[in-house]
Amino acid sequence: MPDTLFEKIWNEHLIAEVGGGDLLLVDRVLLHERTGGVALQSLRARGHALAAPAQVFATMDHVVDTRPGRSARIGASFGAPFIEVTRREALAAGIRLFDVDDAQQGIVHVISPELGIVLPGLTLVCPDSHTGTQGAFGALAWGIGSTEAEHALATQTLRVKKPSVLRVQIDGVLSVAVTAKDLALHLIATHGAAGGKGAVVEFAGPAVRALDIEARMTLCNMATEFSAFAAIIAPDERTFAYLRGRPLAPTGAAFERAVEHWRSLRSDAGARFDGEIRLDASAVRPMVTWGTNPQDAVPIEAVVPPFAAGIGHESAAAYERAIRYMGLQPGEPMRGLPVDGAFIGACTNSRLSDLRRAAGILEGRKVAAGVRAICVPGSSEVKRRAEADGLADIFIRAGFEWRESGCSMCFFAGGEHFAPGQRIISSTNRNFEGRQGPQTRTHLASPETVAASAISGHIAGVDELGS
Amino acid sequence: MPEPFHNLTAVALVLLRDNIDTDAIIPSREIRSVTKVGLAAGLFANWRYLKPEERVPDPTFVLNDPAYHGAQILIAGENFGCGSSREQAVWALHEYGVRTVLASSFNAIFYRNCLRNGILPGQLERVALEQIARWVTRDPQGNRIEIDLSRRTVLAADRQWTFQIEQDARDGLLEGMDEIERTLKFSEQITAFRNADVVLRPWVYGLDLP
Repeated sequence: MPDTLFEKIWNEHLIAEVGGGDLLLVDRVLLHERTGGVALQSLRARGHALAAPAQVFATMDHVVDTRPGRSARIGASFGAPFIEVTRREALAAGIRLFDVDDAQQGIVHVISPELGIVLPGLTLVCPDSHTGTQGAFGALAWGIGSTEAEHALATQTLRVKKPSVLRVQIDGVLSVAVTAKDLALHLIATHGAAGGKGAVVEFAGPAVRALDIEARMTLCNMATEFSAFAAIIAPDERTFAYLRGRPLAPTGAAFERAVEHWRSLRSDAGARFDGEIRLDASAVRPMVTWGTNPQDAVPIEAVVPPFAAGIGHESAAAYERAIRYMGLQPGEPMRGLPVDGAFIGACTNSRLSDLRRAAGILEGRKVAAGVRAICVPGSSEVKRRAEADGLADIFIRAGFEWRESGCSMCFFAGGEHFAPGQRIISSTNRNFEGRQGPQTRTHLASPETVAASAISGHIAGVDELGS
Repeated sequence: MPEPFHNLTAVALVLLRDNIDTDAIIPSREIRSVTKVGLAAGLFANWRYLKPEERVPDPTFVLNDPAYHGAQILIAGENFGCGSSREQAVWALHEYGVRTVLASSFNAIFYRNCLRNGILPGQLERVALEQIARWVTRDPQGNRIEIDLSRRTVLAADRQWTFQIEQDARDGLLEGMDEIERTLKFSEQITAFRNADVVLRPWVYGLDLP
């Protein structure tokens, strides 16, 4: 009987069918200081030890200070208790921690692939909603709560109700200057923020195969905003090449043996999916959001759409609320909206390839007067490589702040934020009310569009820049 | 470990919007200490307060309306609890006194977080929610909603509705069981499975740290 990629991984990890779902073996538990410290602390208070500490990793990313020259051991004052508890509990639990001053510190979904912690066919969980990012490697990776994390740590298993599987088949070829971020926003705008409702979304088709590994991570990252349980892409030669030689990936004969197994991790011809969506990549344009949910996305050359029932806002009142919050009028062009801030970073678009593409646009240009532009590399390793490759200099010369790695102003945790009423063009994944600071107005876009807008001083496509 | 769920008859808060995310339920800056308590004051802080830092209440927001005092039920729309996985959203609701959320759908992580903290996430059709909400808002203190979990019923607006919840989830809430203890009963089976897996997929386990 033909199986989907998801079913193959599920069956390989199925210990028993028990009340409350299937009992699955968990191969990796990842933690960060915002939700992981509290789980470790609570678990210890309940008297449980970790079942497999060697398979558990923690990092400091959510509330660390990202300002240049940050204090290595303390972090930002607002994040200090989370950092301190996580440091103490990681030590007590005997797990590997990538601390603030660790050369391998970074955003959990950036460092895991960088270090070879995630591998094809693994089950991987993290108390973080964007864990599905790591499905780009053909792993079953999903976000959980802190209490579920306690369960995973204590037993190295989780009870999970088997999700449905939705295939998103993407044919055609992406146009030049159209990225995985645009593809994801197009998908969510077309099918709604609830379009992937609770399903494992398998991205497949020639347009997905053509994406490099880091672009695949961007696509899988955004599946969270599509309400997917997880996203997954069948591993291929690009995947194996990306992982070969990573510090924690298997080596030598063990790697070759693993690759042999990983080649079987694909949906069989004739496998049954619970649903299918087909997209034509060639129809996708560079996108930008206008509202307060990632589904509120349109091509940059479009206008703020009028209220329409159905996909989008449930009522005229909700639509009104969104455009009022964003300070927009129906019919107003997206192009040309003045921006106060530009942010490149977050687990969506903070990897070396993202920075390289943005730098390609910034080279020889300057950020417009009055725009605060910030680049936060996704990991300390990305930062070092960007500095060695000369990318950092391009950002700095253009007028960007060049930061230490972390989640930074993707969200507002009580420390730094943009000012109330400010309009931000951002490579992040969420444009919720107040996400980047009280009353801030976030427009999601690709790093290229963020760079082009920072230079123009208003929302702009790359095509608008003169030479 | 959650308390067993008890049936209740209570005032309901009406927040009939779609896509209410966990940033709205508890803004990140309201999460100030590494504990599961002290979060209720930050519940819906961006909507509840005109100036969140100074706690100046917005009188138009439902949590500040005395008519809804003592509410234990929340009525919401589609995709409730979307966004960040932060379990603080559920801890904040629980600490405020909410024991049941009725919505047309839930985010998957939020849904599971509810179950693990003794909050009932009951799914009802949009039309039912709208009808109940209209009835509640006419007299929030008088028009209390009655929830019976074992029968999966909501008594409101002079009729009985049936909400959806998976059977396992319902049983778990009624018993208030400790999931870890429940799973540890399978310890031998887990160990045997894992030992076999080390042979089948050795590359998963070779994590000698530098």
